[in-house]
Amino acid sequence: MDLYEHQGKDLFARHDIPVPRGIVAETADSARAAAETLGGTCVVKAQVQVGGRGKGGGVALVDSPDEAEAAAARMLSEGFKGMRVVRVLVEERLSIAKELYAAILLDRSTGTDLAMVAAEGGIDIEELARTKPEALCRVHIDPEIGMHPYHRSALMGALTGALPAEARHLVENILIGLYEVLTQEDATLVEVNPLVLLTDGRVIALDAKVAIDDNALYRHPETEALRSAFPVDAVELRAREAGLQYVKLDGEVGIIGNGAGLVMSTLDLVQRAGAGAANFLDIGGGASAEVIATSLEVVLSDPSVRSVLVNIFGGITRCDIVAEGLLAALQRVTSNVQIVVRLDGTNTVEGRRVLKEAGHPKIVQVATMLEAAEKAARLAHGEAA
Amino acid sequence: MAVLIDETTKVVVQNITGHEGRFHAPRNRAYGTKVVAGVTPGRAGENVEGIPVFDTVADAVRETGANTSLVFVPPQSATEAIYEAADSDLRLIICITEGIPVRDMVRVASYLRGKASTLVGPNCPGVISPGKSNVGIIPGEICTPGRVGLVSRSGTLTYQIVYELTQRGIGQSTCVGMGGDPVHGIGFIEALEMFGEDPETDLVVMIGEIGGDDEERAAAFIAEHMERPVVGYIAGFTAPPGKRMGHAGAIITGSRGTARAKAEALEEAGVKVGRTPTEVAELAERALA
Repeated sequence: MDLYEHQGKDLFARHDIPVPRGIVAETADSARAAAETLGGTCVVKAQVQVGGRGKGGGVALVDSPDEAEAAAARMLSEGFKGMRVVRVLVEERLSIAKELYAAILLDRSTGTDLAMVAAEGGIDIEELARTKPEALCRVHIDPEIGMHPYHRSALMGALTGALPAEARHLVENILIGLYEVLTQEDATLVEVNPLVLLTDGRVIALDAKVAIDDNALYRHPETEALRSAFPVDAVELRAREAGLQYVKLDGEVGIIGNGAGLVMSTLDLVQRAGAGAANFLDIGGGASAEVIATSLEVVLSDPSVRSVLVNIFGGITRCDIVAEGLLAALQRVTSNVQIVVRLDGTNTVEGRRVLKEAGHPKIVQVATMLEAAEKAARLAHGEAA
Repeated sequence: MAVLIDETTKVVVQNITGHEGRFHAPRNRAYGTKVVAGVTPGRAGENVEGIPVFDTVADAVRETGANTSLVFVPPQSATEAIYEAADSDLRLIICITEGIPVRDMVRVASYLRGKASTLVGPNCPGVISPGKSNVGIIPGEICTPGRVGLVSRSGTLTYQIVYELTQRGIGQSTCVGMGGDPVHGIGFIEALEMFGEDPETDLVVMIGEIGGDDEERAAAFIAEHMERPVVGYIAGFTAPPGKRMGHAGAIITGSRGTARAKAEALEEAGVKVGRTPTEVAELAERALA
């Protein structure tokens, strides 16, 4: 789960990482009020989970409450890079002397934590790693021993010359705070880009990017609750409430399958067949007829879906149960969309028979995954199956 | 021979009295696997379809000679089960559980370094050496004994590819489900190493997906050390960046972990990469001809 900037900064503040004074606003009026509270001169930042806000108009420097109101109105109505903006963060404007970069992430390939700093900030860090790898200082931290002063000394080495001596301990304290967020909040990434040295000598996190491990949310109910602040579309919300693994995509073939790898492979085959997947939906293992029925209802409720592909390779999932679930859903919803079904694995014979005997006009049974992808793609383009 | 499991494998099922343990332990036994014990704390003396239940793994090992654990413990306490199995000196620990926090797994991985136990998983379908032993949830009937070793990050996609191999009369020495979590037990490299030394394996099929760099590191290993042919498949060519595709580990971060980069790395190392599961089986068939 990726947090919004303002949520990340709240987490930072709880771990004594200095952040700018800021107020979250959901309307242009409240953005105006926030700017008044902050003294008029401030920054309005669209809250979206995508980078490039600075260049793309997602951050506005304003000099009055009027301007803050106008900037917020624009962001809230126009969105940013195609994403809906439901909140802006209005922050005090600070006088910046130097921009830096700091991040700590869980490095999955070594199973250790990886801390990184650079004496440049506000930059595309992948770009920096490619073009000037020596500018990015990387230090691995064994989670068994945690972060020690020598780790920080190694990191601070990269900032020599970029920081006055008296600011060094401020950056070190921030590194301590970031490591706390990573380990105590079950984050997989904490990134500050930029971390800034102010002309008054303070060091402050001007941005915050925090990713939390979904599997650990059960032990952080307060973090889980932050999800309610996320805008979600109705289809996604429905899928989540049903406990389904669902990701909205921008094609026209609705996909239902069992197992993440098989579903990903199905999306790829649909594209090879010349269409695009409208979603990723994994029903998991051993799904009940009710879960199958809900899955089909969820996919059919997406207006961009022109055909549906159900691809099941039953291990603990039983094909006869899948067939029953599909038929149950079709009794509850009316849809003009054709549903291509491929069943293999546990109880295939029974599953195929159930569908054949029902003879539902919307269900097209096929024998293989490849054939299913091709048929679903043709149907999505309005051609005959 | 095969790798990891064979006729000598004696399995203790941790949380055998839970829903999944109750279902799969007897299924594994029916396949021919020596399922000798179960463990559920506080339930010693009970049995699951004749399989005796013990309070601790140590008790089960002492009484039955179990050498392999199959973990069906829920995510909140699964790592505890892995620690207990490792502390009881089990040779092999296969953890099926999905949903373990990654920081808990980091600690497990660190603890297991230098220990005698090998971990497979978590979030995996288990391991099967067709005709010999099946430890986990892979449907035994789709497999057939033979000389292809298979290692995969995915469950049902593995079934699909195994099924296509079996339909062409190509059997398998061992199928290893390494799991879909970002931090896990053995990976492609360890499996390739084992298959490279197994006298019953002629070719390896590796099934990867988006996220992380397991496939890229495997490609480097193959280029350097692997003499036997390897056929690959990567799922997720159409997955958008930044979205988790079902598995905790299946996510493209920034520009890293894409299917294209993985397939290219493997192809550079001489691996034939199929673009569909069917093509993978065809490539394997051709390489074995």
